[in-house]
Order: sequence, then structure tokens, then C-alpha cells
Amino acid sequence: MALSRDEIREGLSDILEEVAGVNPDDVADGKSFTDDLDVDSLAMVEVVVAAEEKFGVKIPDDEVANLKTVGDAVSYIEKG
Amino acid sequence: MTGLGATTPLGGDVASTWEALVAGRSGVHLLEQEWARELPCRIAAELAVEPSEVLPRVRLRRLDRSEQIALVAAQQAWDDAGLNDDLEKERLGVVFGSGIGGALTLLAQDDILEESGPRKVSPFTVPMLMPNGPAAVVGLEFHAKAGVHAPTSACATSAEAISWAADMIRVGRADVVIAGGAEAVIGGLPMAGFSSMKAMSTRNDDPAHASRPWDRDRDGFVMGEGAGALVLERRDHAEARGAKIYAVVAGSGLTSDGYDIVQPDPECNGGGRAMAAAIKQAGIDPKEIGHVNAHATSTPVGDMAEVKGIKREVGDHVVLTATKSMTGHLLGGAGAVESIAAILAIVEGVIPPTINLENPDPALDLDVAANEARKVELNAALNTAFGFGGHNAALLFTKA
Repeated sequence: MALSRDEIREGLSDILEEVAGVNPDDVADGKSFTDDLDVDSLAMVEVVVAAEEKFGVKIPDDEVANLKTVGDAVSYIEKG
Repeated sequence: MTGLGATTPLGGDVASTWEALVAGRSGVHLLEQEWARELPCRIAAELAVEPSEVLPRVRLRRLDRSEQIALVAAQQAWDDAGLNDDLEKERLGVVFGSGIGGALTLLAQDDILEESGPRKVSPFTVPMLMPNGPAAVVGLEFHAKAGVHAPTSACATSAEAISWAADMIRVGRADVVIAGGAEAVIGGLPMAGFSSMKAMSTRNDDPAHASRPWDRDRDGFVMGEGAGALVLERRDHAEARGAKIYAVVAGSGLTSDGYDIVQPDPECNGGGRAMAAAIKQAGIDPKEIGHVNAHATSTPVGDMAEVKGIKREVGDHVVLTATKSMTGHLLGGAGAVESIAAILAIVEGVIPPTINLENPDPALDLDVAANEARKVELNAALNTAFGFGGHNAALLFTKA
């Protein structure tokens, strides 16, 4: 069964907290990884690898540049 | 010298480390970990306080253990010196070394590479394993902009760092320099490597008595992990802000043996020249030096060669001690932690003991603060450090 957007966001939030210390309360679709959540490029690599494992998706490197906000990432993972 | 910081096998800060040193406590234990089971040497001096008790979790996962403890020690030294953000950052330097660097990170990430492929290798691998990592992390933390340098000279590393830091101030490149070193390589491969060289003690059944510099029954060094940091500051800069001054780096000497990659020169010629250079720079009579915190690692050859050098260059009046009898050998962290011990010996008028000196080597013909701390009024103390590769450092500290 496919995960809901809320479930994906929650899973992403766990990853962000684990690898980058982001407060789960700050995670929302409109938040930018770099500007709002202070996730720099190296931390983003960790987030992507952890998300691939957790959600069983492939996120190619040239796609990562398009994932500017939490909402972008949720949508990408939702599409699978 | 206006600030001191350390995290060692004896304590998580300078005060607890000093208290244990004076009390003569050993920080050496049997390693219970699975990876240690097959090693010829299964003893080591692990940190008394884990960095995870001090630093935030996300910070920890992006730093090698050597960088974590460099940061812990440097923060203490910074706070102890009473420094804050008012300091002009273009006049702040860092000289901080590590003998081996992030070897445990390298090994752990290599395991990940083998087991899970390149994509799983941490993006922090390179900044964690590079030998300038501890210097870079400390420099970044305090926004140092006068230069961040990372000497690597094995076990002489952090003594060399203090020497370079003093030079930075002497030539006018900085007003304040955070100097020191960190080492954290208690792990299978580094210990197996040192063991294959027959450099480590195998007294596994009696860990607390394994590190025994100058004792007849010494059989090699015991590895320790730890970091030491010192804030060096131009005297008028320190005086202008009313900082307390622990001691003065009156002179330093750096030489090289040109003799062997790992064997110490049995006559301590290079080490002796480093001592002589420090004394010459300080411009004092060697008779004023009451104490030498010796490199003395508990290896059969090195310990006695150094005694020859000290006797020849400093004289036969000095009282020696070997901090490594309690901390084990902190490798790249040794020079800094032992300099702190030498400085506190001057400040407190107490020389910490050399423990386990039960049957002195017959060739030991200098006075050692054996097994009990010695109360002595000191005006000057010398610290020595020698490293694989034939690196020699001597630092001469005098009363503030």
C-alpha cells in the first residue's frame, strides 16, 4: 500500500532529525532544506541516501537539485 | 599561556586530570571489546569522559573522535582564557595536530564501502579522516583567520604545535593562538600495527602496572587517547585584558634525528639538541630548570636514551617525571597534555609522580618523582616529545 503524504513527511522528518538535527516541528511542505532547515549540501547527501533506503525509491543525483523544499521531496517520493 | 583544556584517560577536564596525576592514578584498563580479543596488546587508556557526554549528537556524527576531543579541549582552553567574540579573528591562529588522524573513520567507512557500496559512504568521510581535521574543526569553531596549521610529527606532534604557535606570536602573525593536539586511535588496526613493531606492552594481566617508564621490567608503551589545548597569547595582549597568565613559553627547540624511521638515537643527540635550542632561546641557565616532564614512553631503548640527553643538556639536578605512566601514550595528544602537566607543576609547585617505578633501571642516574608526588618550588620546567620519524621537540616554560 502506498504511503500517504503525511506518512512520507513524517518519515522524512525522522531522517532529518537523525542526520541533521532538524526539529520535527519545523518540518513542513513549504520549508526549504537549505534556507529554512539549515541542511547543507553534505547533509543533504545523507538525507537522500537514508530516504532511498527508507522509502525504497531511487533519487538520482541530478534530481536532488530540484528537491528544494520538503514538499518537493514528499511529492517525488510519493510518485515513487 | 592564558588558557588550558584537556580530556584524557584520567579526567574530562584539566582539573580532574591534574588531580588524578598528582594522586598517581592509572588510566589503563583491559579492553573488553570483541575486536581486541586476538591482539597481543589488549590494554589501553581510554577517555574518562566520552565526547558524547559533552557534544550534541549531530555534531558527533560529523566529526572523527580525534576532532571531537580536539573541540572539547579547545573549548575548555578558550573558556579558561576568558576569551570571547570580541577578539579580532584575523589575529587568532590555530596550530593543532594529530599523529595519525581519522584512522578509525577511514576503517569504518571502508567497511561500509565493502559491505554496501560507494553510495553509502558518508559525505563527511574526507573532512573526518584528514589529518588536519582537528585543526580545521577548532579553527572553524572559533573563526580563526590568522592561519590554521596542522603539524604531524607522530608523538612529537602537539609539542611541535606549541612551538609553532609561539613562533606565530613571536613573528607577529597572531596575538592569540590555540595550540595542541588530539589522538583517538584505540582500535584493532593501529594497535596491531604498533604490536607488530613490538612497541607495545603485553602485560595484559596487570593493566594498571603496564606503563612503567624507567622501570627495569618495562616492556613497551600503552596506547592512550586524549587531547590537550593551550591558549598562547602575546604578553601585552594578555595583560591589557587582565587575563591570568599560567606560565611563559620561554623557549622551544625542534630538531630531527636523521638516524632511523622508528629507533631512537641511543645517545639522544637530536633530542638533546632540541633541549639545548629551547634553553638557548630562553636565555636561561640550565640550573634554573628544576623539572623535566619527559617523553619516557616505557619502551626499553627510548627511556634511557632520553635520560642521557637530559643529563647532558640540562644537568643532573633536575627532577623527572613520566606522565605516560598514568595516561598511557596519547601519541599526537601527548606533548600538549604533558606540557599542561609541566605548566601546572610550576604553578602548583608539585611534580606528579611516575607510577610503577618499582625497580629503577640500573642506568637511571637522575632523580625521578617516583610513585609519589613531589613538592618543589619551580621557576622553569622542560617538556620533551619525540616522534617516529626522528622528530624532536623541547619546550621550556617559565614562571609567569
